[in-house]
Amino acid sequence: MTRVLEVEGLSARYGHVEALRLVDLHVDDGELVAVLGPNGAGKSTLMRALLGLVPTEGRVRFCGADVPRRNPVAAAACGLVLVPEGRGIFGPMTVAENLELGAYLLKRDRMEFARRHERVLALFPRLKERLLQIAGSLSGGEQQMLAIGRALMAEPKILLLDEPSLGLAPRVTEEILEKLGELNHNGLPIILVEQKAPLALKLARRAYLMSVGCIAAEIDPRTVKSHDELARFYLG
Amino acid sequence: MNLRASTWVERSGNLALLILWGLAAALVIYVFVGGGYLISVLQFAAVYVVFVTGLNIFMGYAGQVSFGHNAFAAISGYTSAVLTTKYGWEPLPAAALGLAGVLACALIIGYPTLRLRGHYLAMATLAIGLIAYDVAVEWGSVTQGYMGISGIPPLGIGRWTVVSDRAVLLLLIVIAALGVLASAAIRRSRLGRALVAIDGSENAARALGIDVARYKLVAFLISAFYAGVAGSLFVHAVGFVSPEVFGLHMVVLAFTMLYVGGIGTFAGPALGALIVTLLPETFRTFNEYQDLAYGGVLILILIYAPGGLTSLPHIWSSMRRKEGA
Repeated sequence: MTRVLEVEGLSARYGHVEALRLVDLHVDDGELVAVLGPNGAGKSTLMRALLGLVPTEGRVRFCGADVPRRNPVAAAACGLVLVPEGRGIFGPMTVAENLELGAYLLKRDRMEFARRHERVLALFPRLKERLLQIAGSLSGGEQQMLAIGRALMAEPKILLLDEPSLGLAPRVTEEILEKLGELNHNGLPIILVEQKAPLALKLARRAYLMSVGCIAAEIDPRTVKSHDELARFYLG
Repeated sequence: MNLRASTWVERSGNLALLILWGLAAALVIYVFVGGGYLISVLQFAAVYVVFVTGLNIFMGYAGQVSFGHNAFAAISGYTSAVLTTKYGWEPLPAAALGLAGVLACALIIGYPTLRLRGHYLAMATLAIGLIAYDVAVEWGSVTQGYMGISGIPPLGIGRWTVVSDRAVLLLLIVIAALGVLASAAIRRSRLGRALVAIDGSENAARALGIDVARYKLVAFLISAFYAGVAGSLFVHAVGFVSPEVFGLHMVVLAFTMLYVGGIGTFAGPALGALIVTLLPETFRTFNEYQDLAYGGVLILILIYAPGGLTSLPHIWSSMRRKEGA
């Protein structure tokens, strides 16, 4: 299977605090990989580091080429697209404007824009009804759909999702994860950062467990039979 | 609340804003026809419409902060004044050279300064404004120091000059309207969306491939250009310039206009400029209590319409919804 993303010895620090330490991981084509771990384990920093939003050391290879360091614009142009923690939607803008911003790098190719737009609205029909609504006035679930929809407008080659279930009702979370499963089933590689491990393990083919900025273990979700077993991974 | 009622609520909110704009337009027409000293007040307001509309692109759309745009108005204003009075240049080429100077200075200042954020950016830009003021005071051989430069010719091309007060006002209103329309076009463009995204979250914008540093600089240059236009217009409309014209008072006034009208909206700053300029005249009969009444009204506006006067429809409909609930 083709290796889409390969990370070697990735470290990141905030001032004197080392938030990531020598992280190695990989994602193969069509894989959904979960990154699990408690609060402060470095999961969100890992996502930001992959995109170059924080200063890093180490190597990130994407589709066989090195991703330039500290250059999120270049990373986005390569097809690494992040749905950040807290969604990062632009509240004062309409849903339509948010989606347009997703395809920012497309510039003036209207045909391609229309194709992506249609595809996103087919995946999230609720956004179609709210295109002219101010994004900040959407419900939490709709905002998450918008954040994912906006990322899909960039036509990602890999989708990085940071805590998509944060602050959502269980039913809405299920709906969102179902859509992610659908996207992955259609061949989109995904890295899913999640605190709610059982939910993520349902979808993931492999999972990395993070602890204090390091990869503590690589898990095969099929081998995790119960919550107790999962707790054993967390607690060692 | 049923759909018909909520539509009515939206409409009545919009109606409040429409009434406000209608009053402003009626006032402009009244002053234009009636003449008198209020024409000068409106000329001043129109110059400020240009200045704050530009500042709004940098502060309202892109969410940055600047206390130093008076420097760009000063650079352009003084260039126009010196070239026309000392070297006999025509006003238009003098103003054009002033604007070129503004853009060059904004590029040199903006490139290092815009790496700063929040309070640090505010302090750096404040310093730029203060330096420009000091240069205007100290470089007496060119700027005439505190005495200022008088006898600046009115705007015009060749033999055609805009001399009468009404003609100057009309020209300023046309330029101000073009400035507001350009600002609206920018807001609706790809550039405008990118700026608003930067205001929302710089990291989220970067993650979408938006070159944040470049767009901040572009917003800074555009707003400096507007400030430069305002500076040149002012000196040619009034015929006089001194350091006080472009002092810190200009920044305070511009901020008041931005927040009273509605920062981040394309028409709000223009409304703010009109209201903040004309309000003191409304309270002229209050004599010694004029400033007190003026300050009181500004405070009331900011308390009850914190998003500025252009947020009135939203406030109105929220109030009606609460009543209906």
